[in-house]
Amino acid sequence: MSEHELRVSKIRNGTVIDHVAAGQALNVLTILGIDGTSGESVSVGMNVPSGRLGRKDIVKVEDRELSPSEVDVLSLIAPEATINIVRDYEVVEKNRVERPERVVGVLSCPNHNCITNGNEPVASKFTVVSDGLRCEYCGTFIHESFAEHIDGS
Amino acid sequence: MRHDHLISAAQLSRDDIEAVLDRAAEIDADPAAVRERHAGTVLALCFFEPSTRTKMSFDTAMKRLGGETIDMGSVESSSVKKGETLADTARVIEGYADAIVLRHPSEGSAKMASEFVDVPLVNAGDGAGQHPSQTLLDLYTIRENAGLDDITVGIMGDLKYGRTVHSLSMALTNFDVRQHFVSPESLRLPRSVRYDLHEAGAQVREHEELAGILPELDVLYVTRIQRERFPDEREYREVAGEYQIDPDILAEAKESLTVMHPLPRVDEIDPAVDETPHAQYFEQAHNGVPVRMALLDTLLSQGGRDR
Ligand SMILES: [Zn+2]
Repeated sequence: MSEHELRVSKIRNGTVIDHVAAGQALNVLTILGIDGTSGESVSVGMNVPSGRLGRKDIVKVEDRELSPSEVDVLSLIAPEATINIVRDYEVVEKNRVERPERVVGVLSCPNHNCITNGNEPVASKFTVVSDGLRCEYCGTFIHESFAEHIDGS
Repeated sequence: MRHDHLISAAQLSRDDIEAVLDRAAEIDADPAAVRERHAGTVLALCFFEPSTRTKMSFDTAMKRLGGETIDMGSVESSSVKKGETLADTARVIEGYADAIVLRHPSEGSAKMASEFVDVPLVNAGDGAGQHPSQTLLDLYTIRENAGLDDITVGIMGDLKYGRTVHSLSMALTNFDVRQHFVSPESLRLPRSVRYDLHEAGAQVREHEELAGILPELDVLYVTRIQRERFPDEREYREVAGEYQIDPDILAEAKESLTVMHPLPRVDEIDPAVDETPHAQYFEQAHNGVPVRMALLDTLLSQGGRDR
């Protein structure tokens, strides 16, 4: 990416999620609950050349900083991602995502008969295991397509 | 046992299991010694799906320890029908009882309910999940008949939805047991159970037929294949027929083979097997009372609000 392109897509305030694995940008938007209806200004770069990853995706969201639980889920689909917080055109914080030990209240359990899918006052809880996530209530695994299980609420 | 709740067999160590089984043997040998041990204690029986045997055996166990039981009645006649959450039901019943036994059709229900109460809660079956008190009586029966180390156990039938199988296979990983699983392809162990067995370093093999491994077995644990798991009657018959045992089939087995079944059976075990020395399933059912007495005694003596 040239200096020129970077300058063009600079945002004033918000978050730049960089070093997302190529092809995952739309899943990142799903995790952030961005579908274009709430008026956020978003730019997405796909299959951008990257020194570290070969090809990468990049997502820039205006006027939005990410919650810790969003970052947790993000880390599952984009383990190499860096999250840059931008204020007044300056990157004020730059963080690598970290694989969490558990993911709470973000995803719903794929087991329809799991108690967390009922009407109970309880958040879903998943333990992060070597090859995915595991429901702490019923034991069911989510191995991939994490974005498909994001709680719609 | 250092836990206040019994939710899953995975939380039971070898020491936990042996302590409960030893206590059950003591109680079995001298039931009179514990007749007043938990006088004044109230156990709530919360059965969100019917299970006459498990409920009656907990009921009997509490009463033989000198305590009393309360029962929420059928789901149809309770506030659950009006849409009350399980979390609310558990919190209300906690106010009435010193311990709770819960049977519920959803996986994870016992774990969730236990997070809302301070009194000991025993999972008496959560959907296709776990049934750990059944496992303790299964282990008691296995120990009486074959011992719990250096044995080969075959578990046959519906391994996918069979919560007694999920709990038993996990508990057996605490002992030196070779486990063979026999089922139709469509009813194999769920991935999560296989994962846990693998993580526990269990010696496990899966088969579609019993014949090849029957002669090696010290214990054969048979479970029911349910009609409602199959789209049509004919398909069910074809599968179920292959997983029935009778005295002719058992001619290939060791003389000392112990045959178990969590009951009720439909036609998985020919009644003619009842007359053979292999049959231990009625014994197994009887063991439910002393083992549940030992379990309740353990949980009530260490846990609860009076500690
Ligand atoms: Zn679940």
